[in-house]
Amino acid sequence: MKTNGKNGDVRIGFYVCHCGSNIAAMVDCPAVAEYVRKLAGVVVSRDYKYMCSDPGQELIQQDIKEHQLNRVVVASCSPLLHEHTFRNACAAGGLNPFYFQMVNIREHDSWVHSDRAEATAKAKALAHAAIRRVRFHRALEPTRVNIHPDTLIIGGGIAGIHAALLLANAGKKVTLVEREPSIGGHMAQLDKTFPTLDCSACILTPKMSAIRSHPNITLWTYSEVAKVDGYVGNYTVTVKRKPRFIDEELCVGCQECIKACVFKEPKFADEFNVGLGKRKPIYIPFPQAVPQVVVIDPDRCIQVKTGKCKQTCVEACADRHAIDFTQQEELLEIKVGNIIVATGYKLFDATRIPQYGYGRYPNVFTSLELERLVNSSGPTTGEILLRNGQHPRSVGFILCVGSRDMKTNRWCSRTCCMHSMKLAQLIREHTDADVTIFYMDIRAPGKGCEEFYDKSLKDGIQFVRGRVAEVTDWALSPEEEGKLVIRVEDTLAGFVRRIPVDMIVLATGMEPQADAQEVRRLLNMSCSSEGWFLERHPKLAPVATFTDGIFIAGCCQGPKDIPDSIAQAGAAAAEALSLIDKGYIEQEPNTAYIEEADCSGCKSCIPLCPYTAISFDESKQKAVIHAALCKGCGTCVASCPSGSIKQNLFEDEEIFSEIEGVLT
Amino acid sequence: MKYSYFPGCSLKGLGRAYEESLLPVMKHLGVELQELEDWNCCGATAYMSVDEAKAGVLAARNLAIAEQNGGHDLLTPCSACYLVLNKTKHNIADFPDIRDRIHCALRSANLTYTGSTRVRHPLDILVHDVGLDVIKEKVVRPLKGLKVAPYYGCQVVRPYSTFDDAWNPTTMDRLLATLGAEVVHYPLKTKCCGGSLTGTLPEAGLRMSYILLKEAVRRGADVIATICPLCQFNMDAYHDQIDRRWGPTRIATVYFTQLMGLAFGFSEKELGLQRNFIPMKPRPVPPVAA
Amino acid sequence: MMQIKRTIKYEADRVRGFSDEIMSVSGCEQLKSCIQCGTCSGTCPLSIYMDFSPRQVMALVRADFKNEVLSSKTVWLCASCYACTVECPRQIRITDIMYALKQRAIKEGIYPKRFPIPILAKEFSEMVRRKGRITETLLVMRLFLKANWRAVLSSWRLGLGLIRTGRFVVRAERIERQAELQKMLAAAGNNNVRPTEAA
Ligand SMILES: Cc1cc2nc3c(=O)[nH]c(=O)nc-3n(C[C@H](O)[C@H](O)[C@H](O)COP(=O)(O)OP(=O)(O)OC[C@H]3O[C@@H](n4cnc5c(N)ncnc54)[C@H](O)[C@@H]3O)c2cc1C
Ligand code: SF4
Ligand code: SF4
Repeated sequence: MKTNGKNGDVRIGFYVCHCGSNIAAMVDCPAVAEYVRKLAGVVVSRDYKYMCSDPGQELIQQDIKEHQLNRVVVASCSPLLHEHTFRNACAAGGLNPFYFQMVNIREHDSWVHSDRAEATAKAKALAHAAIRRVRFHRALEPTRVNIHPDTLIIGGGIAGIHAALLLANAGKKVTLVEREPSIGGHMAQLDKTFPTLDCSACILTPKMSAIRSHPNITLWTYSEVAKVDGYVGNYTVTVKRKPRFIDEELCVGCQECIKACVFKEPKFADEFNVGLGKRKPIYIPFPQAVPQVVVIDPDRCIQVKTGKCKQTCVEACADRHAIDFTQQEELLEIKVGNIIVATGYKLFDATRIPQYGYGRYPNVFTSLELERLVNSSGPTTGEILLRNGQHPRSVGFILCVGSRDMKTNRWCSRTCCMHSMKLAQLIREHTDADVTIFYMDIRAPGKGCEEFYDKSLKDGIQFVRGRVAEVTDWALSPEEEGKLVIRVEDTLAGFVRRIPVDMIVLATGMEPQADAQEVRRLLNMSCSSEGWFLERHPKLAPVATFTDGIFIAGCCQGPKDIPDSIAQAGAAAAEALSLIDKGYIEQEPNTAYIEEADCSGCKSCIPLCPYTAISFDESKQKAVIHAALCKGCGTCVASCPSGSIKQNLFEDEEIFSEIEGVLT
Repeated sequence: MKYSYFPGCSLKGLGRAYEESLLPVMKHLGVELQELEDWNCCGATAYMSVDEAKAGVLAARNLAIAEQNGGHDLLTPCSACYLVLNKTKHNIADFPDIRDRIHCALRSANLTYTGSTRVRHPLDILVHDVGLDVIKEKVVRPLKGLKVAPYYGCQVVRPYSTFDDAWNPTTMDRLLATLGAEVVHYPLKTKCCGGSLTGTLPEAGLRMSYILLKEAVRRGADVIATICPLCQFNMDAYHDQIDRRWGPTRIATVYFTQLMGLAFGFSEKELGLQRNFIPMKPRPVPPVAA
Repeated sequence: MMQIKRTIKYEADRVRGFSDEIMSVSGCEQLKSCIQCGTCSGTCPLSIYMDFSPRQVMALVRADFKNEVLSSKTVWLCASCYACTVECPRQIRITDIMYALKQRAIKEGIYPKRFPIPILAKEFSEMVRRKGRITETLLVMRLFLKANWRAVLSSWRLGLGLIRTGRFVVRAERIERQAELQKMLAAAGNNNVRPTEAA
């Protein structure tokens, strides 16, 4: 590979890209090339329509050979998109790829300015800076990091389940960590699924059982990730396993203990049925739960709380001895190469919109509650009943509860239109009640979804376009007595209406999980301002994050339906697989290093490093930077009192000459 | 405890019973009120409809005088005044163009306003500064068995409410309960009474008052407690017209301060209760506790 | 004969720049993001009497239908209860927009004739200008005289009641430094508010 020319002189090739009209419309590209041509060290200077195209890259390679270039600068788009492309072109031309420097005159210039002359001047200044800087570049080699072949998946909803099975079927070991006593997530609570109305349990349960029986999958339910150390390919994860007071290996799920519990009747709100049903302190979350292992609720069990129970459950379990009140919280450590985060969503708390009367009027339900009501294994065995046990004659669905509202959540929750129409159809199927859907806009863009809307219309469901102002129980006319009255502007008919109904269903929107910020910190990810985990690129890298080896899938990235959650889970699994099968990853050598001779051993850099990449060599009394952990943030470089920390690609001469270049 | 006091035009006119009950009650609780020197009309909704900048000037003059006379919090019992003064305060803080025009007008009268005056409603002061425990100590004739519908109306709780919830305010509920009254669940507590439309468009305005009255009766209330002179007037003085249109709905609407006075042992006359068109139903007066 | 009416609107019916004018009023900027959900109309206690609902007013303003909005009864029915403003999912200050529209309707003299509400607004401001305070009973009498003198007769019971309960005040309230106030009002803008009733 070439270093400086024969006599140690620097020979720079410069290329300014038009990017079609993206750049050329606002920047006079030939003028920039003309300007750069006269700068010291520049041997060729060209403008070209698309530098990233094959002929564009060809051009660089040829010039390197013909003109003995030893430095290359391209002024085009963001390095995020094409730095890689041009570095490869340099390498193909026989030049160490780190002799290349890129200038962003699109995102930083042509796209954000409106004065052509000034934008052109800015492009010249930026190019000049790069020309000055590239002179000081050195040949570097990327570091190689090996990838541990195992994967951790956090969250056992449909997204986590799907990703786990894909990886496991490809022969990779997976640990699936789920916070609740069973996997399944929200999908397990649904009755049927739009737009095809197939039974949710029927399509989910086989996948759940497959998780349990798969030899490549370790399932840890009732567990949470407590700590994550390391870097791409080499994460060390500490998982906290909460005591369920049952030995999972010994329990066969016969449920004799539940029958024997000193609480004769189920008494406590049952989470799976969103509080509509009751359970005992010892319970199985739902019939298809995986694992089929009971769990003891420490806040309800008399033995756990006071130690003074007859322990009839233990008696019932008899020889199996699966119940173990001595169980303690456990911390387990595993090593993995990749992590997929699939922690899903939580539902908006409907009491935050008091106008809709949730919690105040008993017959105001949420749509998840209704999913349980229409489900044949739900608390009413599938009968749609008011709280007083009667059948509703009329039902109103209120959409966008907590969504598309600046006072609560600004985003659209994406599935509420569809799941409300689904529930409305199910109500029409089960009862002869009148059903009205109050909506602002029906959003049914998914495959088969517009057809589903059409079916809802044909089923005789009424649609009123208007955001409901209020639900009240005060009557203005005899037909309103004893009913819930919805006041709304029917914006299409053009007047305000009062509509009395027996039952109201609130389509509460999706929100990031309550602990999303903690999970984000744990894994060093970013969140959007709303709190959803942020993908690396909204189009081109929808499941990658800014931390290598950490991927996101499902609703933790933003509201979506099951097909989209599955698609993302598949994508995340494929991303992990591609790293695992390649076996290593090359890292940008923009890492910091210590000039050992200058280090005074003051240790001030060690606590500053956000990636804990610096350790201390006691024998030498010097700080040491672990290149694989270093992300090149530069914090230590700036802080070192003796100036002994340097950073590849950000050496002092490089930065100062770049600044000089901008200022000339 | 000392406050500047901005009565507003209504408390000197149609709503004089509000002032007549507010002053003795506050005095009884040891709250000192000093009427704002040479205060002027706040402008209310009507002036705002004509010229926003000038409406702001009207309110700002009062805020400036309050700031210069000791800077005490400005006790503002009338809902319209409370809203307009608060709105002006917010507008001055939020919008440079409004701020400039108002400062320019103030300067012409050698007044200044830095934005420090706090505009506060008596409910806020009673519950948060005086405290319900202190009020409870003063209760000598608890309002036992009196069913009261707490009615807040619009402009105190919306949109600048700082001391209570805009949708389901509870300060007056808690105050009335402290007096020993039975507070009726009244979901219309923040609905509009019709404002000045009762006079200008009776068909619309009176019906709004009517619905409030009717629902209070339907919920079994003996009396409606209000915090605003215009609400009190609408729900009290138009009874004959409301009755003529929709049938009788006889229920008295009184100021919450009048109910406080009764519980403190004042006579009806001392509290201006004789000024009601629809009098409170006489109830057995328990002897004053020793 | 069946009466029919053409309701089509032509481009010429729009007054370009009107929406920009309203949205440039401090506090009214958010109108741009109205999604026509109807929460304002559903919440408004008076929308049931309006010729255009508050939501429609938002649409009309945004589409520059100035004459339709300013001549509508809607803005005058608004009781300034702020219910819409606190409920709007886009945090549009609808009540303030209503004020901006009322001010323009008065300034341009476009409002329904003998409609008492704008007359009240003007009488009110005139009384404040002259006295610094309002004496409600006197104000109402002036209003009735201007708008509908028959109302005085039909309200005789109310008047009697007020006299009986000692709430009928005939001595006009006024402030001491009236000149100061007038100077301030003049400094705030040369917008004369003397009543000039329009056709
Ligand atoms: C009422 C309703 C009806 C719906 N109907 C349909 C429908 O008919 N069709 C359709 O396509 N979509 C429907 N949806 C949408 C569907 O629920 C979601 O698309 C889907 O559940 C998303 O799956 P997920 O795995 O991303 O998240 P989730 O289902 O939320 O699963 C996340 C899992 O991660 C676990 N977890 C969370 N945090 C942690 C942590 N820190 N550590 C460990 N584990 C954690 C949770 O316990 C949970 O098990 C409906 C939604 C609702 C609200
Ligand atoms: S409530 Fe707000 S967003 Fe909805 S129609 Fe009214 S102004 Fe527009
Ligand atoms: S402020 Fe006006 S428009 Fe808004 S709800 Fe009240 S009366 Fe209706």
